[in-house]
Amino acid sequence: MKILVAVKRVADYNVKVRAKSDQSGPDLTNVKMAINPFCEIAVEEAVRLKEKGVATEVIAVSIGPKVAQEQIRTALALGADRGILIETDVAMEPLAIAKCLKQICDKESPDMVLLGKQAIDGDNNQTGQMLGALTGYAQATFASEITFDGASASVIREVDGGLQTLELKLPAIVTTDLRLNEPRYASLPNIMKAKKKPIDVLTTEELGVDVTPRTKLLKAEPPAERKAGIKVEDVAQLVDKLKNEAKVIV
Amino acid sequence: MALSEFDSWFNQPLSPLYYNEDHQAWRNTLRRFIDAEIAPFVDEWEEAGTFPKDVYKKAASIGLLQMGYPEQYGGIPVGDPFFAVVTAMEQGRAGGGGLYASLNSHSIGLPPILALANDDIKERVIPPVIAGEKIAALAITEPSGGSDVANLCTIARREGDHYIVNGSKMFITSGMRADYYTVAVRTGGEGAKGISLLLIEKDFPGFTQTPLKKMGWWASDTAALYFDDCKVPLSNLIGEENKGFSGIMVNFNMERLGIIATANALAMVCMDDAVAWARERKTFGKRLMDHQVIRHKIAEMTKRILATQALTEQTAWQMQQGQTPIVELSLLKVQATETLEYCAREAVQILGGAGFIRGNKVERIYRDVRVYAIGGGSEEIMRDLAARQLKL
Repeated sequence: MKILVAVKRVADYNVKVRAKSDQSGPDLTNVKMAINPFCEIAVEEAVRLKEKGVATEVIAVSIGPKVAQEQIRTALALGADRGILIETDVAMEPLAIAKCLKQICDKESPDMVLLGKQAIDGDNNQTGQMLGALTGYAQATFASEITFDGASASVIREVDGGLQTLELKLPAIVTTDLRLNEPRYASLPNIMKAKKKPIDVLTTEELGVDVTPRTKLLKAEPPAERKAGIKVEDVAQLVDKLKNEAKVIV
Repeated sequence: MALSEFDSWFNQPLSPLYYNEDHQAWRNTLRRFIDAEIAPFVDEWEEAGTFPKDVYKKAASIGLLQMGYPEQYGGIPVGDPFFAVVTAMEQGRAGGGGLYASLNSHSIGLPPILALANDDIKERVIPPVIAGEKIAALAITEPSGGSDVANLCTIARREGDHYIVNGSKMFITSGMRADYYTVAVRTGGEGAKGISLLLIEKDFPGFTQTPLKKMGWWASDTAALYFDDCKVPLSNLIGEENKGFSGIMVNFNMERLGIIATANALAMVCMDDAVAWARERKTFGKRLMDHQVIRHKIAEMTKRILATQALTEQTAWQMQQGQTPIVELSLLKVQATETLEYCAREAVQILGGAGFIRGNKVERIYRDVRVYAIGGGSEEIMRDLAARQLKL
């Protein structure tokens, strides 16, 4: 079984991201970058499936600038077998990413595509679902457990009401939630071994995907500063404020 | 990369001038590992004066202890000094100095063995130590002197197939918990040419230890060692008799680079925490940071940290090229610990009363400053060494 895992290069979760002074977007010029944590969970799951003998090959794919190779290398150090970089300097939107991944799916015919449920930069939570629509593969989002039975997979997903179990026919697309697993550390020997694993570099032109942005970013600015709260005297005052100030109850 | 709006020294990318994607990947691994396995417990371990032994095995699981050792002993042969710089920076970021001194005590205990010992000793000692199963320590300094290595007084005399060792060692990191001690002893006449290195093991008869309480580095295991007619098999001689001095010297450059990078990382932590505090704290109707007296302290910290970091990377680069920059390393060690001393002092001043209360990184680092300024070659010895090298 072949598993394709998508990994995204994002600002490290420790970084306090700021808007550029001209408000044209987030300022990433002097910022430590890392693999998106949800993508790391997807890589870990794929590697565990390989260790269990369910998967035979794990391919890590990233779409972004040349330096996104660093994140593919991280995936390789975690245990993926080979990488594909779709190199582009365009700020990619979920639909363009999904179209590129669709082309890779057509080329590689994976049995499962694992993606993070969202990336911590745009927090779009769209790519997996769009890829599902484009490929026609079965789809399960927000997975907290994945098990296999022959040609089908069973996915427990986290929904508002609790847990939902879906049976999927392969090939399938699964997006990962936080509780699916706890990723291992990329150990130093594995970092060094990952250097020998191959990374293919493609362009969006070669894939024939039009990645022109469909939306326009008008302005990026920091969220308004939160004002200090107050301590209410009693329940009556709380109800009054919720009713008349916040207007959240009637 | 050029500094602009300040967030944290540790959230910046590594300079592509010196670091490649392996360093980057290793930095990410260490960041996650330390944030999860070490940082949350540093205060607790400092107060307890020790840390669990399983930290050694955890550190080995990511390759931290094996870094720089040959593959045949289970090591990972990355000899590049920038791995050492990245490691020191990430360890410094959590501000837990004492823990890392003990966790990395093999980094001074093993190199003399690797450089001089026979295969039997190497195969017996190195693999379990870098796998985190055993602990190695180095014992050179004595109650009567440290930097004056050539005049050490611990005596080993031959008796049959053993050495009989008498004397004592002082301020030994991992002194209580180590299984293997690389010990400098006098087997010959006066001076450097009478010194040998012996591998002394925990349970050898006549070998006892006493723990030492310290100003800082509380989580580190530090001890005095006593040898009273301690019997050591002749086969535990590391290298040749009376030729141990060179084995002691092999440590210095990498050890000092590690101390330098750590000291500057700790200075960065002090500034990070001082900036965060001064931006939050309000006094006399404005942010602490809006008082000129505070802003200038931060600017001065930035100035010193930037200069130290630039020279650290340049010196690491010289070492990477195979040079031995003794003058640079000696004086940079002085500059790094002076930078740390300044930043720790000013950060405690900025935090005020909060900086005097236990349980925050700045308070801990303030107590740890002296060990960096003294250990691995004191500031006085470093200046003297540089002056001698310059043949003034």
